[in-house]
Amino acid sequence: MTVARFWRETPRRYNLGGNRCSACTTVYFPPRAVCPTCQKHRQSLGKMEPFTLSGDGEVFSFTLVHEAAEGFEMQVPYVLALIKTTEGPLLTGQIVDISHEEVHIGMRVRAAFRKLREDGRAGVIHYGYKFSPARENGGREAVASPVSQEALARAAARTQGTART
Amino acid sequence: MREVAILGIGQTKFGELWDRSFREIGIEAGFAALQEAKLSSQDISALYLGNMASGSFIEQEHIAPLILDYAGLAGHHLPAIRVEAGGASGAVALHQAYLAVASGAHDFVVVGGAEKMTDVPEDVQTDIANASADQEWETVFGATLPSLWALVARRHMHDHGTRREDFARIPVMAHEMGSKNPLAHFRNKITLDQVLEGSPVADPLGVMDCAPASDGAAALVLGPLEVARKYTDTPVRIAASQVACDTLALQHRKDVTTVEATVVAAKAAFQRAKKSPKDVQVAEIHDAYSISALMALEDLGFYAKGAAAKGLSEGEVAFGGKLAINTSGGLKAQGQPFGAVGVAQVAEIVRQLRGEAKDRQVSGAKLGLTHNLGGTGATSVVHLLERAN
Ligand SMILES: [Zn+2]
Repeated sequence: MTVARFWRETPRRYNLGGNRCSACTTVYFPPRAVCPTCQKHRQSLGKMEPFTLSGDGEVFSFTLVHEAAEGFEMQVPYVLALIKTTEGPLLTGQIVDISHEEVHIGMRVRAAFRKLREDGRAGVIHYGYKFSPARENGGREAVASPVSQEALARAAARTQGTART
Repeated sequence: MREVAILGIGQTKFGELWDRSFREIGIEAGFAALQEAKLSSQDISALYLGNMASGSFIEQEHIAPLILDYAGLAGHHLPAIRVEAGGASGAVALHQAYLAVASGAHDFVVVGGAEKMTDVPEDVQTDIANASADQEWETVFGATLPSLWALVARRHMHDHGTRREDFARIPVMAHEMGSKNPLAHFRNKITLDQVLEGSPVADPLGVMDCAPASDGAAALVLGPLEVARKYTDTPVRIAASQVACDTLALQHRKDVTTVEATVVAAKAAFQRAKKSPKDVQVAEIHDAYSISALMALEDLGFYAKGAAAKGLSEGEVAFGGKLAINTSGGLKAQGQPFGAVGVAQVAEIVRQLRGEAKDRQVSGAKLGLTHNLGGTGATSVVHLLERAN
C-alpha cells in the first residue's frame, strides 16, 4: 500500500472516527457517504455526521493466524478477530497483550494504538488500532483510543523517518 | 429472452503448468470447446473472458483481445471482454455471455476463464488472492482470505454447533473425486486425520482446508437453444443464471455465518427454473475453503442453517448419496485457477448431464447446480443446468 493510500485513512485508523446517520441513528465505521440502512438512501445524503467510536467492544469471532498477511510475517502466530463495538459496527483487528489460549468469544476488549505492520513494498510502518483485553477497574491504557494529538504527531514522525529511500 | 444452451466445453489440465503460457492455455480451452460444438471460429460473434488478476500474476492486462488475437480472430474485430469478480470471475463472465445470447444481441459466443498463478512465488500468490478482500479495512489489519473464512468458521461453530470434523469432510470427498479426474491438480486421496492434522493456516482451518493456487483454463460455447441440435447431440440448457452481491468486507455483513448473496442468487435461480433444491442431483460448490462449501449447502437451500453438518456426516451429501458435490474434485483437488473456476464448474456439470463423466458419473443426473464465490462472498453466482431433451 502506498504512503498516500494509507495516509488518507489515517484519521479513521488512528482515532476510530466513523459517522452516524442523523435520519436513523445507525453508526458506521468506516464512515459512509450514504446510509445503507435507510430505505431511501437519498434521505441520508448530507445527513451523515461525524461520530467517534469509544474503542470498547467484545470478541465476536477470532482465529490464530499462522500464514501472515503481507507485512505481518514477523508477528506470526497472531490473533485476528472480529470485534463487536459497543456502538454497533463490527471491526477487523488483531488482539494483543494476551495469550491466544485465553481469547474467547464474548471477551471484553478495548482499542489500543499500535504499530500494525511494516510494508515491504512502500517501505513504511503503518500504525492503527489493535485490541487488548479491557482492564476491569480503571486500568485504562494511555494508548487507548481515542489517541492524543501527541501520539499522532509521534507516529507521523516515525512513519516518515522509516521511509526507505 | 430466448433460451440458451451450452454447445461445447473445453478445459486444460489444472495444476502447476510451468511449461505453458497464459495465452497457450486460454486458446487450448477455447478451441476444444469450439471443436466439440462443430462450430468454426468464424461463427463466433463475441468472447467473454473471466480472469481475476492477470496484471498481478503475469504483469499483463488487456488479455481479452490477446486471447482473441492468438485464437486467430483479431481480423474479425469481435468484441472481446474481460470480466473480473475475484474468485467468481468465470461465472460472472458466463452470466454476461448468457445475457448476450438470451437477449438476441449475439448468437454464438465463447466464454473463457483462465488464470496463470504459479509464475509468482507462493507468498505473492497469497497477497494477490487477499486483494479480493477489503484492502483498507481487512488486510491492512492482518487479515488474509483464509483467516477471514476462519473467523466465519469459528462463529458458525459457536452459533450452530458445527464441529471441526464436519467441514473437514469436504476436502476428503474432493480428493476422492479428484483421484478420478485426469485434469485435476491433485489426484491423491487424503484422510480425515490428514485434514485435521494439517499444518495450521488460520485455526480452525489448516492447509488441507484450503484450495491451492493453480494454472488452468476452461471454455464454453453458448448458442440459442432452438438451433442447438444442429451443433451438438447433447445440448445442455442454462435453466438459470443469477449473480448477487453484498458488502466487500466480511465485517459489514448482517450475519457472518450466512453468505446472503448466495441465498439471494439461489432463490432467484430456483424460482426462474421452477425447480427446488431437492430436484438437484449434482452440484459443483465453491470449496475454496472447506467451511465455504459447508455454508453453501445451507445458503443454497439444500439444508437449513446449521443442518449441513448432519447431511455431511450421515453421507447424504456424497458421491452415491442424495446429492453428489464436486465430482470434479472441486477447487480443493481439481484446482483453483481463479478466473477459470466458475467456467470449469459448469463444464463438469455438462459432462454429468451428458453422461460423459466416466467413473465420476452420477447416475440419473438431470439437473445440476454450480456455485462460484468471490472473496468472502461479496459476489455469488448460481447456475442451474438441465439436460435438453
Ligand atoms: Zn440511516
